[in-house]
Amino acid sequence: MIEAAGLTKRYGGTLAVDGLSFTVPPGLVTGFLGPNGAGKSTTMRLILGLDAPSSGSVTVNGRLYADYRRPLFEVGALLEAKAFHGGRSARNHLQCLALSNGIGRDRVDKVLDLVGLASVARKRAGGFSLGMAQRLGIAAALLGDPPVLMLDEPVNGLDPEGVAWIRTLLKSLAAEGRTVFLSSHLMSEMSLTADRLIIIGRGRLIAQTTVKDFLAAGSGGFVRVRSPQAGALAALLSAQGTAVARQDADTLSITGVSTDAIGKLARVNGLTLAELSEHQATLEERYMELTRNSGDYQAAGGALAPARK
Amino acid sequence: MAATTAPQAPGRPLPRLAGILNSEFCKLRSVRSTFWALLAAVAFNVVIAALLAIFLPRALSAHQRSTIDSTRVSLGGMHLSQVAVGLLGVLVITSEYSSGMIRASLAAVPQRRLMLAAKALVFAVTAIITGIVASFGAYLIFQALLPGSDAMATSLSDPGVLRAVTGAGLYLAVLGLLGLGLGAVIRFSAGAVAVLFGVLFVPSILITLLPQSWQDSIGPYLPMNAGETIYSVHHQAHTLQPWTGLGVFCLYAAAALVGGFLLIKRRDA
Repeated sequence: MIEAAGLTKRYGGTLAVDGLSFTVPPGLVTGFLGPNGAGKSTTMRLILGLDAPSSGSVTVNGRLYADYRRPLFEVGALLEAKAFHGGRSARNHLQCLALSNGIGRDRVDKVLDLVGLASVARKRAGGFSLGMAQRLGIAAALLGDPPVLMLDEPVNGLDPEGVAWIRTLLKSLAAEGRTVFLSSHLMSEMSLTADRLIIIGRGRLIAQTTVKDFLAAGSGGFVRVRSPQAGALAALLSAQGTAVARQDADTLSITGVSTDAIGKLARVNGLTLAELSEHQATLEERYMELTRNSGDYQAAGGALAPARK
Repeated sequence: MAATTAPQAPGRPLPRLAGILNSEFCKLRSVRSTFWALLAAVAFNVVIAALLAIFLPRALSAHQRSTIDSTRVSLGGMHLSQVAVGLLGVLVITSEYSSGMIRASLAAVPQRRLMLAAKALVFAVTAIITGIVASFGAYLIFQALLPGSDAMATSLSDPGVLRAVTGAGLYLAVLGLLGLGLGAVIRFSAGAVAVLFGVLFVPSILITLLPQSWQDSIGPYLPMNAGETIYSVHHQAHTLQPWTGLGVFCLYAAAALVGGFLLIKRRDA
């Protein structure tokens, strides 16, 4: 469980995190979304006590991170991929971290095996690809077998196999009752991995909800109908006061009515339907809708999507 | 929430401190730069001492040979050795900042001053051992390679000789700690190295621009002038007594380390 209350961080004149309050519950994967510069990484640094909040506080399982004497047993964190000395081998890197918390050598070998780096454990980590560096960072996060895992952009640089691997790993860790908190800019990835979402923009909380509710609350859902008698159907629906938009000669997009009702209406009136389908807004569309205007590095005129990491 | 009751090891202060020291020793020994810096520190001292023992007797007159501070001469490699030890002292901390390792280190040990203290202690012990090996190696090889019964021959039992040779090793270690302290304050390798060698070499040059009376009163307290007294057997005019000099040099290192300890707690990592 991670709990933030009024968390605020100011760097000079810039408010990176602005009165952020949220809860990351155990047993679920919670996604942390926001455009570049929204304050995701800063928030994660505040959680780990690497940066001190200007005001407010954040606790991990009820205590400040800095109060833990062996924090690797409490929180495993992956903040940046290459947070290691390039001259050290993967094994030595993990060993140095493990020793400080009294974690044994056998656990080091176990996590190396778990992330698939056992064969390169003695190689200098400086030569690792981004994907291997990510795996090493994840190995470090798992060292203490912690109940809370926090990962900043964990799928960055991983190949499709690696992405699938981490998705399975995170879900299984959450299923064991752990708190899993991850940031990502890949909305599609988040919709596959996360159960809950915390969305921020310009350092402020925009939404804290489940993925399901988040999508349902969107404005993007509609029913698509294709029919040779599209005109007649549109007239019937409009007469009922339903919003109908004509996409082309025989295709309509209808909002506010279920597919069941439209099917029945067509049958009663003897109309032929060539297609009747429900469309839900994707997480991506919903996210763009919410965070529009809250990215620091948006392209001028808003013609482009928020810049991605 | 079954997993949240996972193993938070009970507070056992001593084993934990041992673990943190072990961790810092692991960091120190698992990078190649440590090996090269320590090897250089010993090699510069020993090789230069050997060369001096071979070539100096022919170059000096009999009078010069009998009056020169030959122990100090045998430690002629110190100026190069101190560069190696100073660099290592800086890098021990700045390489953590430049690589991003510091974030992992502080996430593992949020008690930042404890982490820095462990780092300084592990480095100090390593540097003292290396320094002593370098200074005794230099002294012994110099004496061994001198032509038989040369006037420059001394013994460790002669007055001041053992102190000077041991002191040279200590001087290297203190200099390394000065580098570590500056590294903790400045956090950038290049900047910290520049400041370290600036502090060591530049004041001795600038002071020659001052009036002689000022030079005589301020000069002895400059970092390198003070520190070097410990490895001279012959006392020079307008320098501090050996242990006083080393003490003053220690104060410079202590000031840098105190700065590092104050700042590491206050700054964002």
